[in-house]
Amino acid sequence: MSGSPALSYFVRRLSQAVLVMFVVVLGNFLLIQLAPGDLVDVLGGTTDLSPEQALALRQRYGLDQPLWMQFLHYAGNLLHFDLGFSPRQGAPVVNVLLERLPTTLALVFLSLFLSVAIGTAVGVLAARRAGTLADFGLSLVVLLFYATPSFIIALLLILGFSVYLPWLPSAGLSTPGMDLEGFAKLSDIGRHFILPVIALSTFYTAIYGRLSRAAMLEVLSQDFIRTARAKGVPERGLLWRHALRNALMPIVTMAGLQVSSLLGGAVLIETVFGLPGIGRTAFDAVMERDTNMLLGVLFMSSLGVVCVNLLVDLLYRLVDPRVELA
Amino acid sequence: MSSFGLNRRHLLLAGAAMSLDMTLPAALRAAPRRGGILTAVLWPAPQTLTAAATTAGTEMLVSAKIFDGLCGYDFDMRPQPLLAESWDISADGLRMRFNLRKGVRWHDGTPFTSKDVAFSLLKVWKVLHGRGRSTFADVTEVQTPDDTTAVFVLKRPAPAIMKALFSAESQILPAHLYDGTDILQNPFNLKPVGTGPYKFVSFERGDNLVLARNEDYWDKELPYVDRFVFRFVPDAATRAAMLESSQAQIVPNGLLNAPDITRLGKLPDIELESRGYEHSCGMQLMDFNLDNPHLANLKVRQALAHAIDRNWILRNVWSNFGKAATGPIHVKQTDFYTTEGVPAYPYDIKKAEALLDEAGFKRGAGGVRFTITIDPLPYGDEPLRAAEYIREQCRRIGIAMTVRTQDFGAFVKRVYTDRDFDINIVSASTTADPTIGVQRFYWSKNFIKGVAFSNGSHYANPEVDALLEAAQTELDASKRRDLFVRFQRIAMADLPSLPLVFNDRVTVTRKTLRDHTVGGVGPFDSQSKAWLAA
Repeated sequence: MSGSPALSYFVRRLSQAVLVMFVVVLGNFLLIQLAPGDLVDVLGGTTDLSPEQALALRQRYGLDQPLWMQFLHYAGNLLHFDLGFSPRQGAPVVNVLLERLPTTLALVFLSLFLSVAIGTAVGVLAARRAGTLADFGLSLVVLLFYATPSFIIALLLILGFSVYLPWLPSAGLSTPGMDLEGFAKLSDIGRHFILPVIALSTFYTAIYGRLSRAAMLEVLSQDFIRTARAKGVPERGLLWRHALRNALMPIVTMAGLQVSSLLGGAVLIETVFGLPGIGRTAFDAVMERDTNMLLGVLFMSSLGVVCVNLLVDLLYRLVDPRVELA
Repeated sequence: MSSFGLNRRHLLLAGAAMSLDMTLPAALRAAPRRGGILTAVLWPAPQTLTAAATTAGTEMLVSAKIFDGLCGYDFDMRPQPLLAESWDISADGLRMRFNLRKGVRWHDGTPFTSKDVAFSLLKVWKVLHGRGRSTFADVTEVQTPDDTTAVFVLKRPAPAIMKALFSAESQILPAHLYDGTDILQNPFNLKPVGTGPYKFVSFERGDNLVLARNEDYWDKELPYVDRFVFRFVPDAATRAAMLESSQAQIVPNGLLNAPDITRLGKLPDIELESRGYEHSCGMQLMDFNLDNPHLANLKVRQALAHAIDRNWILRNVWSNFGKAATGPIHVKQTDFYTTEGVPAYPYDIKKAEALLDEAGFKRGAGGVRFTITIDPLPYGDEPLRAAEYIREQCRRIGIAMTVRTQDFGAFVKRVYTDRDFDINIVSASTTADPTIGVQRFYWSKNFIKGVAFSNGSHYANPEVDALLEAAQTELDASKRRDLFVRFQRIAMADLPSLPLVFNDRVTVTRKTLRDHTVGGVGPFDSQSKAWLAA
């Protein structure tokens, strides 16, 4: 084998990724076929199509072809990075994705950031005061967040901060019809994101809280901490520099794994807050049997998850230099 | 009447107060105020912004603001002048002449002419529109002797046409932008050019649609609001919150959960309006699949009708918004509705049991006579709740019923393509005219596999076919009523379907929004007269 280990590592991961994506596309293609009814059935149910119109539409979208032909056609287009046309959206799938991806990415990554930051801080504080009333209180709150479904939290937030205290908007990406520009527009969009991000991050905050508390407790009981303390390292530096850095590994692992589950959570949050993101688009695509749109979303998100996992592997090295890419 | 709860009474009072307001001399009524942004919340999000070729609800509602129709309608669904200033129909009903308003321009400045009407009818409504295909089936030609005259030439009279000329139902497209193009794929479907009081500004797919006041509207007074904004919000609880927190002023079309409507109706700043749906006449209907050997037996269908308390369903499932159904024609289709001589099937469990015994289906092992399935339409929660009630009632009379759930696509395929069902519950919009909205469920020629919401029970009665076909072309109002009266009697005697509930849809608004419902088309007309009080 020639080349650096890092290069061969990337080549291997890349070929794994291609395989994963192929399985994702094939699996989902077959799964959506299992659902009875096709696009034209749904369309006909809402718009009273005549049998001739239904037939014409099936021909237009290739739904009259045998299944394996449909798949080969789709896979062939995919090799040219053509995700096809979404009949329900009336636009190429890639356009819809590009239009909606930023919303979901903003939602998911802001939530991820918020939940890791707050969760870790809460975990560290609880571990620091393990066994005290403060620890008990924090753990109780964390458990509550852990146990409450995010859509309930979402509705409670809307009731609290948009109905009773009319501070924040409860739906959409922006206030339409206001013709805002520049900073005013940005702050309007920001205000629309506050409640959804909080709602999506509570559950994950709870997870990181519990995880970091446990990891910190374990690290804090290790010998090197006792040594550092004996050396006279101040307590604050000890906690955040020596202990936390070593407790970060499980948190980073978890964060990497959870990007994909955050996407799932985004479906609910986007529904409650009426955000036009790709989670919601995927859900609608299933209901409307819009195969191209659904496969496009799944293709894109599996691509995202594969990339994030690569990123996590790199982060491991950063957090713990002993880890090698192999 | 005793079944009417508090909420219902509240609604009626609100309605009474409203109509009182309408009858006051114009000078005594508050003068409409110009300006403001009117925000409506809807769901689902529209796929296209014209309704000329679709019967989907949101599309109809939003596009009617951008496009005017030939006629408007009052609360009795009598046509009123709009783009057509007047009309006359020949004595034999074969020529319908419309005199169009002069000086009307499309939003791009091109004059609106009779050519646009001819194009829309012949190339769009008659070909691509789900109901238009039957409404305008007998129109063979549209003559355009000059720019402001359009004459429909028919091979048979079609009285139902005069109930279908509002914009949401029969939308006039600009021929200069659509003729010779693929209408379903035309780019102007997403940046519409209409003649209506509001002009297209922007459309964020799946999120919002912004319209602005048309400064060149033919009625210089109208519209009053500067902007008309539509937000598309999937969650019903969020929609309620938006109205409650003044982020929106109107949620039309019953798009809130019934308990939320009841709750909001009690708030001081919010009011309910149940008028404005006379054009759609929504109802719930239970089809018996007559190809099922048990259900083919009339006594079994009669037993089921006696075992199901329609008033219970109305009260507990539809929160009293509507009336218990008595027959296939909606109570708000006042020209045709009757209960006289129509078999009624009052709630009577004992009678139901006796009928099943007579039919020869004795209780067997475990007290079960036979088993059967029910498939409620997955459109809102209510049909499922009704199906659960019906299952319990069936258990009481010895029929073991399974409730099946599926999503919309699977339901349509199961019932109308595969016909793999025993009983279903469908929500139907029966429109202002039974020829358009009711005939499709009972006419044997409309038993077409693969067509959703066609004749689902597979009912075929030559006498009913003859009545329905005669009513299609009967011009004499009282003779036409008589045909439908006879139809209602036979339909309820044969009982291929059991109508459950005549729905009242409700518009929920903030009280600052005035004159949002001025006729039977309600929120589905242009709402050009709507205004926001300070």
